[in-house]
Amino acid sequence: MPMAAADIEQMIKEALPDATVEIKDLAGDGDHYAATVVSESFRGKSRVQQHQIVYAALKGKMGGVLHALALTTSAPH
Amino acid sequence: MTTEAQTNPAHAKIDAELNSSDVVLFMKGTPQFPMCGFSGQVVQILDYLGVPYKGVNVLDADDIRQGIKDYSNWPTIPQLYVKREFIGGCDITREMFQSGELLELMKSKGIPVRDLTS
Repeated sequence: MPMAAADIEQMIKEALPDATVEIKDLAGDGDHYAATVVSESFRGKSRVQQHQIVYAALKGKMGGVLHALALTTSAPH
Repeated sequence: MTTEAQTNPAHAKIDAELNSSDVVLFMKGTPQFPMCGFSGQVVQILDYLGVPYKGVNVLDADDIRQGIKDYSNWPTIPQLYVKREFIGGCDITREMFQSGELLELMKSKGIPVRDLTS
């Protein structure tokens, strides 16, 4: 069962309350998303660490029900 | 060899792959026939840079398919390693390629790249 964009956003915001989260449904099928996440908690961390923080927020859904989530992360400019 | 590798046979196999080549791409399919668009994107990038690499097809080996996710603490395939260092998945590889960081990384680690200036 695919995830709704709003559910993805909510899970990320629960873990990273300060985050700005933008989700795009790439194929219009509720299954292929692109997420841009901006959070102060990413500052000073490598890209791999930043993505791991988001994956942790998604509590095991990444790679499972969410097999296609293109991710861009950064700290606020 | 880590303790983890001694207790998990898949991790020992992964260690062996990482020791055998400087650049290793754990992917779905092969460099000639990627079976997933994300794996295909990383193949295109590495081929464009002219980097010699070993593609490991996780679809051929269920133990490595799950094992690499645990090994890297990373839930998706593809996964790119350079000199045993985990670089990232498709998004990070593409972002680093577009910014020129990937080329710099390969050069700094002594990996041969195609002459892109000509």
